[in-house]
Amino acid sequence: MASKVIHAIYNDDDILMNAVKKVRAERYHIEEVYTPFPVHGLDKVMGLAPTRIAITSFLYGLVGLSVATLMMNFIMIEDWPQNIGGKPSFSYIANMPSFVPIMFELTVFFAAHLMVITFYMRSKLWPFKKAENPDPRTTDDHFLMAIDAGHHDVEKLSKFLHTTGAIEISLIDNDEDH
Amino acid sequence: MYTLPSKLKLFAIVFMVIGAIGIVSGFLTAPKTTAEVKEMMAAHGDGHGSDASHEAPHHETATTHEAAPSEGHQDAHSSEEAHLEHTLHQMQNRPWSALYIACFFFFMIALGALAFYAIQFAAQAGWSQVLFRVMEGITAYLVPGGIIMFVLLALSGFHINHLFVWADPEVVAHDKLLQGKASWLNGTWFLVRAAIFLGGWMLYRHFAVKFSRNSDDETDNRWFKKSFKISAGFLVFFIYTESMMSWDWIMSFDPHWFSTLFGWYVLAGMMVCAITTIALITIFLKSKGYLEVVNDSHIHDLAKFMFGFSIFWTYLWFSQFMLIWYANIPEEVTYFITRIEQYKLPFFGMLAMNFLFPVLLLMNSDYKRVNWFVVLTGIVILAGHYVDIFVMVMPATVGSSWYIGIPEISSIFFFFGLFIYVVFTALTKAPIVMKNNPFLKESKQYHY
Repeated sequence: MASKVIHAIYNDDDILMNAVKKVRAERYHIEEVYTPFPVHGLDKVMGLAPTRIAITSFLYGLVGLSVATLMMNFIMIEDWPQNIGGKPSFSYIANMPSFVPIMFELTVFFAAHLMVITFYMRSKLWPFKKAENPDPRTTDDHFLMAIDAGHHDVEKLSKFLHTTGAIEISLIDNDEDH
Repeated sequence: MYTLPSKLKLFAIVFMVIGAIGIVSGFLTAPKTTAEVKEMMAAHGDGHGSDASHEAPHHETATTHEAAPSEGHQDAHSSEEAHLEHTLHQMQNRPWSALYIACFFFFMIALGALAFYAIQFAAQAGWSQVLFRVMEGITAYLVPGGIIMFVLLALSGFHINHLFVWADPEVVAHDKLLQGKASWLNGTWFLVRAAIFLGGWMLYRHFAVKFSRNSDDETDNRWFKKSFKISAGFLVFFIYTESMMSWDWIMSFDPHWFSTLFGWYVLAGMMVCAITTIALITIFLKSKGYLEVVNDSHIHDLAKFMFGFSIFWTYLWFSQFMLIWYANIPEEVTYFITRIEQYKLPFFGMLAMNFLFPVLLLMNSDYKRVNWFVVLTGIVILAGHYVDIFVMVMPATVGSSWYIGIPEISSIFFFFGLFIYVVFTALTKAPIVMKNNPFLKESKQYHY
C-alpha cells in the first residue's frame, strides 16, 4: 500500500529540535530525521529508546575472557604442560599472571569487534548497500524530517510545519519499502 | 556558608578520643622483653595461622639442636633467643606501624585532593568549579596531617622507633647494601627532603586557597590566572616530589628492594582515595542541602574518575607484580614472596576491593548517578586502599606478627576523627560554592 510521507527540510539544528518537539506535541508521527551530523539530544526529544549496545559489548567481553581462559588452559595446562623457563604450568591459577595480557586483549578484542559488527547489523550497514538518502543536501547542511501523512489533512499539516520553521515541504509517495 | 553541626563535631571528637585511647593501649600492651613475647606466644597458642607456619621451622631446628651435645645446646638456645628477639621487635613495631599507616592514609587523601584540584585548574576543566570548595576543605587536612606525618618520620628517621631498618646504625654497620644507600637514606637528609616536600605542598595549598578566596571579592579573572600559573608549577613540583616521597616514606621500609614504577603506583592509589573522598563529602553535603548546584552529572563525573583511577591503580599493581613475578630475580621477588606467604588474604583481597568491586559496580552509566551506589563503592575503595598501604608497610616492619586489631583500628579511628574535624571546620571558613571563576557558570549548568 502506497503511503504518503511529508518531507520537511530545515537548515538549523536548533530549529529542527524545536520543530521535533512541536510535531511530537501535536501527536504527528515522525518516521525519520536525517541530519548531516549528530545533533545532541535529538534522540531524547524524538523519544527514541536508549541503545543497548553497551550491554552487548559487556557480554561480548565476557565471551572473549572465557575464550582466552579456556584456550590457554587447554593449550598450556591440560594438553601439553611443558616446563618453559621454569614457569609453573601445574594449574591455570599458578601461571595466571603470564596469561593476563592475553586475557585482557581478547576481552577488548571481542568486546570491540563484536560490538561494531552488531552495530552494522542493527543499523543495516554494509558495503554496496543502497544509500537511503531522500535528499543529498541532508549530508551537507540541511536537516530533513519525514512525517507520516497518513490520514492527516495534508494542507493543515503543511501549514503547521511552516510555523515550525521548515524551509521546504514536499509530499512524497512512499511506495517502496526500505 | 556552611556551619559545622555540633553533632558532627561531637562525632569527630568521639572518634579521636576512642582512637587515642586505643593507640595508647596499643603502645602499653606491646611487649618490652623477650620473656613477655614468650608468654604472649604461649597464651595465644603461637598466634594466628601464618604466624605458626612461619615459626614451625625455627622450632624444629631448635629441638633438633637441643637433642645434640652440649655445645649445640647453646646454639639452640641462642637461636631461640634470636628468634624471640626478632618477634619482640616486630611486636614493638606494630603500634608504630599502625599509627604510621593510618597517618599516611589520611594524609595521602588530602595530598591527592590537592593534586586533583591543581589538575582541574591547569586543565581548565569546566565541570568541577562547584566542587572546588569541597576540595579546598579536604586539602585543609594537609597541614595538621603533614605535621603529624613529619613528627612520625622524624621519630623513625632518627631511630626512636624501629620502623626504618636503615635508620639503625648497628644494622647499617653490617649491611653493605644499606651502606651503599646511606648517602640517600640517612636521618638528616631524609628529614630535609620531607620538609621540602611538605613545605612545597603546603605552600601551594596556602596560595591556591588564598587566591580562590580573593577571587570571591573580585569580578575580573586576575586571581584565576594566578591560580592557573601556580597550579601548573605545582604539578611539576608535585610529580617529582611525590615520586621521591614514595621512595622515602614507603619503599624505604624495604631498603633492599626497589621498583621503578613505585611512585606511580602510590600516586594512583592516592588519586583514587582523594577522588572517592571528594565524591563522598560532596554527596554528604548535598544530602544536607548545602550543594544544590551539584547535580547527577557532577557525581557521574566523579564516579567515572573513581572507576578510571581504580583501573589505573590495578594496571600499575599488576605491571609491578607481573614483571617481578615473571623475571623471578631473587633480590626483587622476595618482596612479593613475603607478602603472598604471610599476607595472602589482604594482598589478594585488596585486588577484589580495589578492582573487581569498582569495575563491576561503576561500569554502568546509570549506577554512577545513584548516590548510594557511589557511596557503597567509595567505602569499599577506601577500605581497599587502606589495606593496600597496610600491605606495603606491615610486611617490612612487623612481618608475620600482623593482625588488624586494636592498634590498627584505633589509629584509623583517631585519624578519621581528626580528618573529619579538620575538613568540616575548614568548610565553614568560606562560602561552600565559589563566587567568581570564568568556568563557574558552565560548571553550574554542567550536564552530561
